[in-house]
Amino acid sequence: MSRTELLSPEGLRIDGRRPAELRKITSTTCVLSQADGSAYLEHGNTKVLAAVYGPREARHRALVLHDRAILNVELNVAPFSTGERRRRSKNDKRLLEMASFVKQTFEPVVIATLYPRSQIDIYLQVIQHDGGTLQACINATTMALIDAGIAMTDYVCACTAGWVEREAAIDLNYIEESSDTSEVTIAMLPKSSKITLTQMESRLHVDKLEEVFRLAGEGCKQMYEVMDKTIRDRAEDLARKMAV
Amino acid sequence: MKDADPSTNEREFLLAALKDGARIDGRKFYDFRTLRLTFGAEYGAVEVQLGNTRVLAKVSCEVIRPYTDKPTEGFLMFNTELSPMASAAFEVGRQTDEEVLVSRLIEKAMRRSRALDTEGLCIVAGEKVWSIRVDIHFLDHDGNLVDAACIAAITALLHFRRPDVTVVGEDHTLEQRNPVPLSIHHIPICTTFAFFNNGERMVVDPTFLEEQVKEGDMTITLNVHKEVCALSKAGGIPMEIDQILQCTKIAVVKVAEITAQIQAALEADAKKR
Repeated sequence: MSRTELLSPEGLRIDGRRPAELRKITSTTCVLSQADGSAYLEHGNTKVLAAVYGPREARHRALVLHDRAILNVELNVAPFSTGERRRRSKNDKRLLEMASFVKQTFEPVVIATLYPRSQIDIYLQVIQHDGGTLQACINATTMALIDAGIAMTDYVCACTAGWVEREAAIDLNYIEESSDTSEVTIAMLPKSSKITLTQMESRLHVDKLEEVFRLAGEGCKQMYEVMDKTIRDRAEDLARKMAV
Repeated sequence: MKDADPSTNEREFLLAALKDGARIDGRKFYDFRTLRLTFGAEYGAVEVQLGNTRVLAKVSCEVIRPYTDKPTEGFLMFNTELSPMASAAFEVGRQTDEEVLVSRLIEKAMRRSRALDTEGLCIVAGEKVWSIRVDIHFLDHDGNLVDAACIAAITALLHFRRPDVTVVGEDHTLEQRNPVPLSIHHIPICTTFAFFNNGERMVVDPTFLEEQVKEGDMTITLNVHKEVCALSKAGGIPMEIDQILQCTKIAVVKVAEITAQIQAALEADAKKR
């Protein structure tokens, strides 16, 4: 197999983007009728649907905490989401790990002490997988939680970045991810610029790490602009409809 | 079974001590506990003791058929067992969140970073390749399972010798030759940090009590060539980018120390055989 050129001599990536350019983002909230909050997010070709139910009565009495709500995240990747149809088992470690990451990312951000003895369920469905699944899941969850009206201290914006051949690049797609380039996923709180989640795989020299991190931080800020606009537009829309 | 939370006394004492600049067991903030490596009689069996945390790793190999779409690559599989012997919180059969994270971290550190050369495990392309399996058993949980498991896994892989094989015609035979070591490109070592006091205090290699009281944690996997193989900070208190980069610098120093210790132990063992 000939080696695909990930970064052309002019500095264009395999899908024609510049290294510091995000993919086209489409986001909508309130897409499901039964869920308390829901959001649909597209990062280029990666499509994720998030549904939030809660705060509601906890399923297992044993896990109930007397002073705060518990978060429960379930992640499902559709078999048709990748190029080859592949059915993943429910106990696939990679999916469990990703669900666990989403849960741990939101635990310090959701003001759970406002909802004692209850449970907040977050269900994620990956419809199409073209790189950056974890970042899409986190962003979709943020919007779904806001749509459900659950109190949070700040937005959580996530972005991936990596070292593609000679440069640091942002928002990697599937081909760039699977070709052994190092990839960093960062989830940031935009108001304080602090990081709640970092994940990195594959080798990267320490000196390059700072540049990749900072670029991912920039990407998170851009994500915040987009998500905030969607939420505010929707809120204005609702306010207008209620005022009539 | 849920683990009992530490008492308020223990928690307050630990946090107050950290504020004053001391750790409960007398270590400095960035010190690892004493690392002890014991090798078994066979090649590829090693027990790691990091303070009171004990992890056992055993490497075994067999010849199997490769995947059709990857005919020249061997297999490297990790299997972690968190037995109830190690801690009251673990149960047989049920996969807890912690177990998933620990085993995924080890896989990311070793397999994704290409520590072991899988192409070198090929015997006959498309038909016979070596499948290396590393079994990691946690015997005693006194904090920082990830670092201990990582050290155990890589030391066991470095210590292991696979049988030397030659291909005779269509078949392969086991020759009466010395077993051959695996080809390992680099030695990834994990360093776990725990954060306290609103992110101002960070300690390396937390004990069980420190882990229960911590506000957040981060694990960085590096090798001696200053390459970051994996980085994992999931949840916990939000940190700034600069703090994360500072942890990376500390980890670089620690990794060099640990790698030197591992290599010294391997040499001492090689002399004995």
